[in-house]
Amino acid sequence: MNDARHDPPRPDPPRPDSPEGDASPELPERAGLLWLLAFSPTVWALHLLACYIPAAIWCAKFGTLGRLQIYVAVMTAAALAAIAWTGWGGWRRHQIGAGTTPHDFDAPIDRHRFLGFATALLSGLSAVATLFTAAVFVLAGVCD
Amino acid sequence: MSDGPDSHGPGPIPEERDGDPNREAGGLPERHRVRPERERPGDVDPLPEAPPKEVREGQERRLMNAWRTPKGWRYWSAVNNSEVGLWYTLAAFAFFLFGGVLALLMRVQLAFPENDFLSADRYNQVFTLHGSVMMFLFAVPIFEAFSILILPQMLGARDLPFPRLSAFGFWCYLIGGTFVCGSIFFDAAPKGGWFMYPPMTTDYQPGVGADIWLLGLSFIEIASIAAAVELIVGALKCRPPGMRVNLMPLYSWYILVVGAMILFAFPPLIAGDILLEMERAFDWPFFDPARGGDPVLWQHLFWIFGHPEVYIVFLPSVALMAMIVPTFARTPIVGYSWVVLAAVGTGFLSFGLWVHHMFTIGLPGVSIGIFSAASMAVAIPTGVQLFCFLATLLVGKAAGRSAAMLFILASLVTFVAGGLTGVMVAVAPFDFQAHDTYFVVGHLHYVLVGGTIFPIVGGFYYFYPLASGGKRLSERLGRIAFWLLLIGFNVTFLPMHWSGLRGMPRRVYTYPAGLGVDTLNLISSCGAFLLAAGFLVFVWDVLRPKGKEPTVPRNLWNAGTLEWLAEIPDRPWGVRSIPEIDSRYPLWDQPNFVRDVDEGRFYVPDAKEELRETLVTSVIDAQPQQCLRVPGPSFLPALAALFTGGLFIFATYHWWWWAGGSGLLGLGTILVWLWTGAARIPEKESKDVGLGLTLPIYLSGPQAVGWWAMTITMIGDMTAFISLVFGYLFYWTVHPEFPPAGLADPDRLLLLIGGGASIAAWGATLLARRWNRQDRAAAFYIAAGAAVSLALGGAAALTAAPWRAGLDPTEHVYPAIVWVLAGWTVLHVLTGVIMQLYCVARRLAGRMTARYDADLCNVTLYWHFLALTVAITTATLAGFPLLAGTLP
Repeated sequence: MNDARHDPPRPDPPRPDSPEGDASPELPERAGLLWLLAFSPTVWALHLLACYIPAAIWCAKFGTLGRLQIYVAVMTAAALAAIAWTGWGGWRRHQIGAGTTPHDFDAPIDRHRFLGFATALLSGLSAVATLFTAAVFVLAGVCD
Repeated sequence: MSDGPDSHGPGPIPEERDGDPNREAGGLPERHRVRPERERPGDVDPLPEAPPKEVREGQERRLMNAWRTPKGWRYWSAVNNSEVGLWYTLAAFAFFLFGGVLALLMRVQLAFPENDFLSADRYNQVFTLHGSVMMFLFAVPIFEAFSILILPQMLGARDLPFPRLSAFGFWCYLIGGTFVCGSIFFDAAPKGGWFMYPPMTTDYQPGVGADIWLLGLSFIEIASIAAAVELIVGALKCRPPGMRVNLMPLYSWYILVVGAMILFAFPPLIAGDILLEMERAFDWPFFDPARGGDPVLWQHLFWIFGHPEVYIVFLPSVALMAMIVPTFARTPIVGYSWVVLAAVGTGFLSFGLWVHHMFTIGLPGVSIGIFSAASMAVAIPTGVQLFCFLATLLVGKAAGRSAAMLFILASLVTFVAGGLTGVMVAVAPFDFQAHDTYFVVGHLHYVLVGGTIFPIVGGFYYFYPLASGGKRLSERLGRIAFWLLLIGFNVTFLPMHWSGLRGMPRRVYTYPAGLGVDTLNLISSCGAFLLAAGFLVFVWDVLRPKGKEPTVPRNLWNAGTLEWLAEIPDRPWGVRSIPEIDSRYPLWDQPNFVRDVDEGRFYVPDAKEELRETLVTSVIDAQPQQCLRVPGPSFLPALAALFTGGLFIFATYHWWWWAGGSGLLGLGTILVWLWTGAARIPEKESKDVGLGLTLPIYLSGPQAVGWWAMTITMIGDMTAFISLVFGYLFYWTVHPEFPPAGLADPDRLLLLIGGGASIAAWGATLLARRWNRQDRAAAFYIAAGAAVSLALGGAAALTAAPWRAGLDPTEHVYPAIVWVLAGWTVLHVLTGVIMQLYCVARRLAGRMTARYDADLCNVTLYWHFLALTVAITTATLAGFPLLAGTLP
């Protein structure tokens, strides 16, 4: 067995975000925080359907969007609020203690920060995609 | 804000090393010696001393007895991931070569104008089969195959939780794939394009071709979903202790995302297949406008599957890049969290794009706009992951030069080119021009070959030593193949952008001379042969005998992830002991890691009972929960696949008795398989898995892998059901009046009785579970009996509701869709009855008790979903006609 092929890791100074520097609050596993990753994209998906389906129905049944723009504005505001709230929560979890990315320590606190950071990133993407959908109603909101 | 690279990682340049496996112990950074949270049950150090040699030899002997691969003809009863994964990979690759030959036939035909190498009809069969084979028989299965092979290794697990399910999926795939591919030799292949649009496939193609496509591929889709279940549960529940979600290899993240995408993408297609096959076999007019149907519904159902499908085949290849790039850059991935963002984000956004395949069918401007915008938004996460790989390469020293890395670089470049033309066709006005031309053919091949096939070839060069017992592919042949493939690919597909813009439509078997596409087509055809030559070199490299070549050293590329623990030659048990993980790259970061694993200093170093065992851990922090016993070799999965295949294949030819008989045999085989293999009561409650940890052997409820598998399966099942309900509502949107006047509604009272009885059966099932737990046998049997009676009564009433009202499904789409919803629900209720009876029999036989009640827990879980199905069916069928009267 040629196990000798393993490079020695580079010695490096302890990083300021090492977990022993944290108060290490008790962070039991909460599956909810894993599924929360998917929350903002789910809001985007619901927003997409909530805009597309009524628009398609209105166009099929009435041939015009009527006052649907207002409804879309309200839905967009609600979706963005939900996404922002989720993203903000994630961002705060990401910033607990002195930890910075890449959040790769074998400790509950770093797992907690990682899930927070990923939630925040996904919320940002979801917000952009939601605005893309809403922009269509401003720029091309016709049935033709 | 950056998610930058770690300051740790391996040294930049692989040094000459001495032979001492323990030398990495010196000079470790301080952080490796500090292990926080040590009080957690799973977070412990390996044994300080290796067990004595004789103890280790005894352990290895018992492990070998447990995991030995069957010999002789019994070899084909193997279910271990290393065998099934290998067969699966080879079969997928064989189908890929078959699809490639079909492509060459097309290029020969198109090389010259008005060529008569293939007839129009034969050409239609060839291009249909080429697309279908590449998508259904290669791109998705190769990911599943590869993951079955590699994922357990990557997670330091001995096997995936349901090895027999993997084997079942493989055999289904092989049978179904052979059936579909074989049809072309009988001039009976499908010829409606890989998207099978009606009315072409309903009114104009009377042969069995379309049925072969619909039934053969539905059968394979079931296998795909089975593999998705296996892989999701594997990635969530079979990680090694301590591999928290922030330490998972990126490959597992992609597996999770792609598995979830399969669950939501394939079921709509299965629903569409059901409707289209019902129209073809029984004349139920789902897509016939003369009787209220609408072909656009097929397009929606197909593309809700079809667009995510592109990402289902692309993301696993990105996952390969995410494993290969850090190894050759000799540094941890840059932006781990950003790659996770990209994986999850792409997975979601890819479901919001399907209508961009339908831009030219006359949709409202606002619909086109919404999907055009979403099609551009998906470029964001797609780009993010590519930037992360580029950054990793820039940050790292890129010391490794290998054919594997060449293919990854080619993939990045090619995929970006395809992605950019993708953004072009996302712009609707441009799409109106380019739609159905060779421009799109060029675009999609840049995406799929660049995004999927190049990384897979790179993956072959990278992972080959793991699957071949320590042989490697030739770097020299790899470079030759690389240049042939890269040049051949671009010569083939780049000119297609021009021939498309000059107006050459897709799927035509020939073209007149003088259109300005003659030379372009000839160039493409020449390129195709160059491409084929490249694949020949590659295939030769993979298959050529390598007996005399020396085996490679262990961990050939000096990678950091667990799959490279594999010994050379490989041992059937996978890992010698299941390690405790502290890092994203344990082989780089954890001191003496390989030695500790090999000497059995971690968990489950022994198989005292000579049974196959692996660890089950918690979803987030991977804390050990169970010592899971996985089943060994058996012919039952292959037999079950054979009979299930018979159901689909005989149905293609309308041999109903044979189909029914085969289906019953399949059901019987599956029941025997479950009865003898699943949820066995162990001889003791718990066992010592080493390092002072004792774990239960048997779990039921949400901690058990079976419970997760049932949940995941039922999510897929519900998605198919919701797709059918979507069909019902879709018909409402396209009709001025729906349900149409003059057509009877199903009997409302019978619907309510049937729905009520079925939901009461769910309640009785819940009671049965409770009373079983309290060990009240009589009460359990009464509740289970009541559940069965209520369910049978409910099924009868739900069938009677449309029947008594005289609904004729061939008359109009309204009665047809009512019958489909009622039939779907009734079939599920009857399946639920079989499950209840199974539990009763298990309890009678003493194979299920108050303590060991996993069967009943899973059946109850099934009934939760079933109750929801019944409620939605009843509400839709009974309630919607009332509501529709008040709607516009």
